[in-house]
Amino acid sequence: MANDAEIRLRDRLSKLSGLDLLRGARLSGELERLKRQIDRIEAEPTDEEIWSKVELARHEERPYTLDYVERLFDDWFELHGDRGRGDDAALVAGIGKLEGRTLALVGHQKGRDIKERSNRNFGMAYPEGYRKAMRVMEIAERHGCPLATFVDTPGAYPGVAAEQHGQGGAIARSQAAMARLKVPTVACIIGEGGSGGAVAIALADTVLMQENAIYSVISPEGCAAILWRDAGERQKAAAAFKPDAAHCLELGVIDGIVPEPVGGAHESHDEAARLLGAALADAFDGLEGVPQAELRARRRQKFRSMGVLA
Amino acid sequence: MVEASRIDVSIEHKHAPEPPPKKHPNTCPTCGSHFRDDELDAALRVCTHCDHHFPVKARKRIEQLADPGSFVEEAAELRSADPLDFFDLRSYKDRLAEAEVATGLGDALLIGSATIEEQSCELAVMDFSFMGGSMGSVTGEKFARACESAAAAGIPLVSISASGGARMQEGILALMQMPKTVCAVEELHESGCALLSVMAHPTTGGLLASFASLGDVLLAEPGALMSFAGPRVVAQTTREKLPDDFGLAESNLRFGHVDAIVRRSELRPTLARLLRLFGER
Ligand SMILES: [Zn+2]
Repeated sequence: MANDAEIRLRDRLSKLSGLDLLRGARLSGELERLKRQIDRIEAEPTDEEIWSKVELARHEERPYTLDYVERLFDDWFELHGDRGRGDDAALVAGIGKLEGRTLALVGHQKGRDIKERSNRNFGMAYPEGYRKAMRVMEIAERHGCPLATFVDTPGAYPGVAAEQHGQGGAIARSQAAMARLKVPTVACIIGEGGSGGAVAIALADTVLMQENAIYSVISPEGCAAILWRDAGERQKAAAAFKPDAAHCLELGVIDGIVPEPVGGAHESHDEAARLLGAALADAFDGLEGVPQAELRARRRQKFRSMGVLA
Repeated sequence: MVEASRIDVSIEHKHAPEPPPKKHPNTCPTCGSHFRDDELDAALRVCTHCDHHFPVKARKRIEQLADPGSFVEEAAELRSADPLDFFDLRSYKDRLAEAEVATGLGDALLIGSATIEEQSCELAVMDFSFMGGSMGSVTGEKFARACESAAAAGIPLVSISASGGARMQEGILALMQMPKTVCAVEELHESGCALLSVMAHPTTGGLLASFASLGDVLLAEPGALMSFAGPRVVAQTTREKLPDDFGLAESNLRFGHVDAIVRRSELRPTLARLLRLFGER
């Protein structure tokens, strides 16, 4: 249980971020980890450190949504299809119990081997995926269960059919659906938070980010191609737009950083899941008991205030 | 299209061919006709030979739509900060200063109240010539304020988009303008006011994937590109052959993503009719 030193550390962290501490650190024995977090947040990451986060966020062995589901959820039941055109395997959804609480979950899903990667379209959803997400959001609302979302996508799929099926509108409406929910919502960026395809399911009361995840307006390669006219300048681009968790926290875009096992989440899926599960439970505990109207108003106000003006 | 391709989100490499030399802005890219500025203005910047719709700057658009003297600008003083101290080949601060000098605008969005055929409305008009109409913190803030002004006055909001998407130089904060403007539209709708969204060329990326798609009525100008991903990024990612009308307003109408394509000469009466239908709250 929390001792004085831990309380002081938590206090320091809260002051640093100006936000609630949500790091899965409520468990005992997390003191060393907290210290490590503070050191990282206080030190401005170097360009190389930012790039190493991009690589870790894309690591082939990094746990994906269903790896966490398997470890964290009881009685998981996956829901398929958008009730219109099809079922998009790049975005999974379902209901299950997290520490005794029934949750709806929506998350991007990448594939592990070549065949699954292609089936899941590398985690790049079509509008069908976002429509499935909206359908599950409706279920959550109807039955009053909180919604968790796991974000892990290079971006929404840029293809002819995706455009013809209304990719832009689907992303817009998925955000609008989240803005309307009256149930508590927690999003966590667990890998790549790539642009509109990511934010489509991240308009949440609490937005968390794993320590080695990235969240960005465009991929480093895309940014380099446009602004440097050379995709090879991706490291420079990443350093310039700072997609790492510490910067996102500093800019007020996320509410907390979820620690990962030493070396990155791929080093131990079990440990990564334990830390993520604790952070999620913490986040939902923090939202419990807030009146519905207030919850929604706060969520909208939070996003309404994002941005920096001169 | 030349301007649009400059901000297209494509993966290129050093040896990519240079874009073709820029034509004179008053030369029609479709039929090659050339116009004097006053001729083009008199025709609402539409080619009198082939009906090509040229881009319209925000102030010119307001002149075309609003009753003379009715536009009262709001939040004109807002300017972008440079939260990331962003530097690519030039600094973001320099790019902002240049854009302001070149366009006479503080950002890519102009907002204010106006009347169209004596119907009150709030206007939010984007200007593609300000950094490709990209959406940064000021753009998002102004749009949110336009929603709040409309809700306070109980009048519809008319938005005219022309944008390549999010402003990369503001990084993740630019992306956050999407949920920000979405939340603002939700509040507007809950106050009982309508959003009439007009998409001009181009309305792509983060604009299409946020407020521009959330109008009660979606209108598009003929030939406007309305795609989430630009044609080049789609071609290079998928190696698919793109249909000739890829992402264009006409294709979006066919697939059910807009309510109508409205020629510029019809835009003012069309908006006036919709304003009469949705009316004051
Ligand atoms: Zn022409």
